[in-house]
Amino acid sequence: MPASRTASRLGLRFFAVGYLSMLLLIPVGMIFYRAFEHGAGAAWAAVTTPEALHAFYLTILIAAIAVSANTIFGVGCALLLVRTKFRGKALINAAIDLPFAISPVVIGLSLYLLYGREGWFGGWLLDNGIQVLFSLPGMVLATIFVSLPFVVREVVPVLHEIGDEQEQAAQTLGANWWQTFRRITLPAIRWGVAYGVVLATARALGEFGAVAVVSGRVVGQTETAPLWVWREFGQFNLTGAYTASLVLAMLAIGTLLAMNAFKRKEA
Amino acid sequence: MTSVAGTRAAAPPRLARWPRLGRAALGRGLVTAYLSLIVLIPIAALVAKSTGGGLDAFWTSLTSPLAVSALKLILVVSVIVVVINVITGTAIAWVLVRDSFPGKRILNSVIDLPFALPTVVAGITLLALYGTASPVGIDVAFTRAAVVLALLFVTLPFVVRSVQPVLLELDREMEEAAASLGAGPLTTFRRVILPNLTPAILAGAALAFARAMGEFGSLVLLSGNLPKTQVPSLLIFAQIESGNTTGAAALSVTLLLIALVVLLLIGRLTHWSLRHAR
Repeated sequence: MPASRTASRLGLRFFAVGYLSMLLLIPVGMIFYRAFEHGAGAAWAAVTTPEALHAFYLTILIAAIAVSANTIFGVGCALLLVRTKFRGKALINAAIDLPFAISPVVIGLSLYLLYGREGWFGGWLLDNGIQVLFSLPGMVLATIFVSLPFVVREVVPVLHEIGDEQEQAAQTLGANWWQTFRRITLPAIRWGVAYGVVLATARALGEFGAVAVVSGRVVGQTETAPLWVWREFGQFNLTGAYTASLVLAMLAIGTLLAMNAFKRKEA
Repeated sequence: MTSVAGTRAAAPPRLARWPRLGRAALGRGLVTAYLSLIVLIPIAALVAKSTGGGLDAFWTSLTSPLAVSALKLILVVSVIVVVINVITGTAIAWVLVRDSFPGKRILNSVIDLPFALPTVVAGITLLALYGTASPVGIDVAFTRAAVVLALLFVTLPFVVRSVQPVLLELDREMEEAAASLGAGPLTTFRRVILPNLTPAILAGAALAFARAMGEFGSLVLLSGNLPKTQVPSLLIFAQIESGNTTGAAALSVTLLLIALVVLLLIGRLTHWSLRHAR
């Protein structure tokens, strides 16, 4: 009996490790190999062209704007959902989860239709000289859409857990709402916020489908890093595509490390 | 217990004291405005576009051969992917909770990599190992197997991460009792452990299914732009590129409806699992 137990345990372990290696670890490891296949110099040269650098700059800029907006919204929305009662709360809750359930391409299309020349907003905005589609605002809107749920979803359970006794005590002692928020609520939820910000940032940096639709993919202008990777790969500049992929993969691994650090602080 | 879809057990109702009424109304207005501007109005525009030519036009574009084969493909592939995920995800969660070996902690944090990795990088990653220049001699590029592979990659964490916390909190005395009453390991698993895990497995499976239905980024390179691997998200993108936004909108709304049904299902399941896990 114990012998068969050990055998089945080892078998299961072998299966799990093998599956993860074949699907995850070895493929990601291959990126390192492919990027440096022709030497570090070639890899460096491939991703420091003006177009590539602009793509990375644009990706970081868009992520910074989108994540900032969603962080402010996320904390405010979580406070509203947990600390107040109102009609339509279930509706707001459902709407927050929508971006998780919608295909990125569909998100892109909905913005494309809304801000296109024929769209409800597009015609008026274009007449007033505001270009949303095929420029930065549209790409930011798409990125905000896809990364919207993360901060809210991380902060809501933390707010539930900490309760509101301390906030009420602060108010009884004469603190106004801003003092209460800054001195009591914010320190208590900060690791939840940080966790949500990390997840939202990872999503924003890697967004592909929605931005592919709304950006128009103008080389050197509205091309983000993931879009650059796609085009370079299609044009058989493999070293460039793999090296840029490696940079993005390193950002993702950094995200994992940050997640682990914040999870431990939270616990 | 910690559940999956981001919701935890509801806290006892509290007095709506903070922030006070006027500010709460303002906050409510701002949150609603933000959600409307970012999410709801764009989706409304999409729905309006899809039915703009009447329901007949909607139906015609949805029943075009390309759309039908794309929907069939994604449904079949998603079911395959979810079934594989249920088995491997439960096994991985089991190993991560009950087994111990060097490197387990690293393995545990690597599970989330598909969530953090940009989808186009996920596609390139798989092509590097299983593509035309495969060093292991497995070339699935531009086939339906590649679609399955890509979707397995991006949906990997869902079942693992929903089963893991339940397994952690599972009372081991039940298993010991079953074993002492003469049940073999398989019977114990099937009769004692599995019923406890089922709600979490189903919730993870539903999330994986919703994700698989809409996946795009990891497929653009792996699918090779061929009709036999064209899932709805790829078809929608091609339709936008060729200016057929009405057809794209009709297919999008269909995907959206399927996703909403799955989302509702998740809600029911987590609710159900919260009630039954006690």
